[in-house]
Amino acid sequence: MPLLSVERLTKSFGGLTAVSNVNMYIDKGELIGLIGPNGAGKTTLFNLLTGVYTPTTGSIKLDLNGNIKELGGIKPYDVTASGLARTFQNIRLFKDLTVLDNIRIAMHKNIGYKMPSALFRSNKFYEEEDRLKIEAEKLMDIFSLTHKKNELAKNLPYGEQRHLEIVRAMATKPVLLLLDEPAAGMNPNETAELTKTIAKIRKEFDLTVLLIEHDMSLVMKICERIYVLNYGMMIASGLPQEVRSNKKVIESYLGEDLSDASNKKS
Amino acid sequence: MRVLSKKNIITLLLIVAVFAVVQVLISVKIINSFYEITLATICINIILAVSLNLVTGFTGQFSLGHAGFMSIGAYVCALISMNTDSTLGFIFGILAGAVAAAIVGVIIGIPTLRLKGDYLAIATLGMAEIIRVLFLNMEITNGAAGLSGIPRNTNWTWLFIFLMATIILINNFIRSSHGRACISIREDEIAAESMGVNTTKYKVMAFALGAFFAGIAGGLYASYFYFIKPNVFGFMKSVDVLVIVVLGGLGSISGSVIAAILLAVLTTFLQQFTEIRMIIYALLLVAIMLFRPQGLLGTKEITDMFKSNKNTEKIE
Repeated sequence: MPLLSVERLTKSFGGLTAVSNVNMYIDKGELIGLIGPNGAGKTTLFNLLTGVYTPTTGSIKLDLNGNIKELGGIKPYDVTASGLARTFQNIRLFKDLTVLDNIRIAMHKNIGYKMPSALFRSNKFYEEEDRLKIEAEKLMDIFSLTHKKNELAKNLPYGEQRHLEIVRAMATKPVLLLLDEPAAGMNPNETAELTKTIAKIRKEFDLTVLLIEHDMSLVMKICERIYVLNYGMMIASGLPQEVRSNKKVIESYLGEDLSDASNKKS
Repeated sequence: MRVLSKKNIITLLLIVAVFAVVQVLISVKIINSFYEITLATICINIILAVSLNLVTGFTGQFSLGHAGFMSIGAYVCALISMNTDSTLGFIFGILAGAVAAAIVGVIIGIPTLRLKGDYLAIATLGMAEIIRVLFLNMEITNGAAGLSGIPRNTNWTWLFIFLMATIILINNFIRSSHGRACISIREDEIAAESMGVNTTKYKVMAFALGAFFAGIAGGLYASYFYFIKPNVFGFMKSVDVLVIVVLGGLGSISGSVIAAILLAVLTTFLQQFTEIRMIIYALLLVAIMLFRPQGLLGTKEITDMFKSNKNTEKIE
């Protein structure tokens, strides 16, 4: 069974069906792209996977070494505890907190002391806080954020804020990472940097990634399989070259290549 | 025991020094009985403000019902210490009042904390009014006439012990992983949920902890002023506390302490201008908020100002 399997997933808001009858699967270790025009329902699908919305019908199953868990309809923090982590299309960092605190908050679910220990500062409290700090520093090292650990998140440059969101998601120790338009608003250099980062985290953390993206060069370059969504329906899926030549996808999203069009005319 | 670090011991010595200085001033009558009342008011207001700051300033849940929790602590402590007049009875009364307030906090918090912002403020205001009306109509609380003749067990020593316990425990909570989870709710609730923070649990936890310390403040109030009636714990009392919190800075414990002292000193000083007292008070508040909209200290603590920027994250 694949790591994540989505079956006949539907979400309607009143009369509008934002996601309709979607089937998809993600195998362990894959890097999957999810593309589609604006308003196609990509972010709604993300919100369904991460528990922000409850599905109208359908199921989302996560398979952790034979341990199958239904994710549809459970709370976002329970989804995170099961091993899914996400970033947001419009950055949602804890802006007035430091880089270190942003990461430590994401590690809270694995904290090993209870509230009374915190109130009365037991030895366990100090041990756990030390462990947390060491782990956070390790993460910051990997993503070269160490020199900014005491900066407020809002004072980081845009590219680094996007970066920090990924690091924060990594701090929850996920098995599946969901990235919502990670390259939005980035210049080509920053996008290249991001591509490297994604490759690096897959290798170092043995991670499965699902990403929404509009930057076709990024998607075609790094994604192993691609799903295409339009009007809430999955209109195509497959390898990048298959999707690129799919007629429906070209019509609804990619558009015809100018050179192709001129060839046809002549 | 790492809690006995060098810095913590120095802090403890400083606390003892402050206590001793004030104690000496009281015993040589430089602080006379009139100023002693101001001192008690300051202590009680600091406990109220710091506990409300935990709910409103750190967790970001706008509450207008703090006086409700205070009244529960006050009545429970008063009833217990009227029946068993001893120091032990007094301490038991204070703790029982605090626990009762915390339980009510959980019961009220679970349904109301799903609301946000203005809606939550109205809901908590309503709940405080319900508590007040209950005390107004119950036989055991003697209705509108209130309870009088509560044994006076509180003095500067007890006030100071409970004051310091409140500040230290809430400060410890804020600087733990659980406290950071609460702060993350204030910063961005959706992101906090997605990072694995059970937002409902931590909102209720902060609310209950805030109610617990408000209950302690209520118990101290009842014991110090030996007379309580429901109207003391009305809407205006909640607003008074909120003014201290906003003035000191939402998210600053030392800010609340400074603001509580400042406002009490101001009120005492203004008593010589009886007619225009409230006008000056209000104008000063407006002026401070115009020049420091984030409050006196913002989200900083007074200790941050003595630290170099480089090692602020060290846990003590």
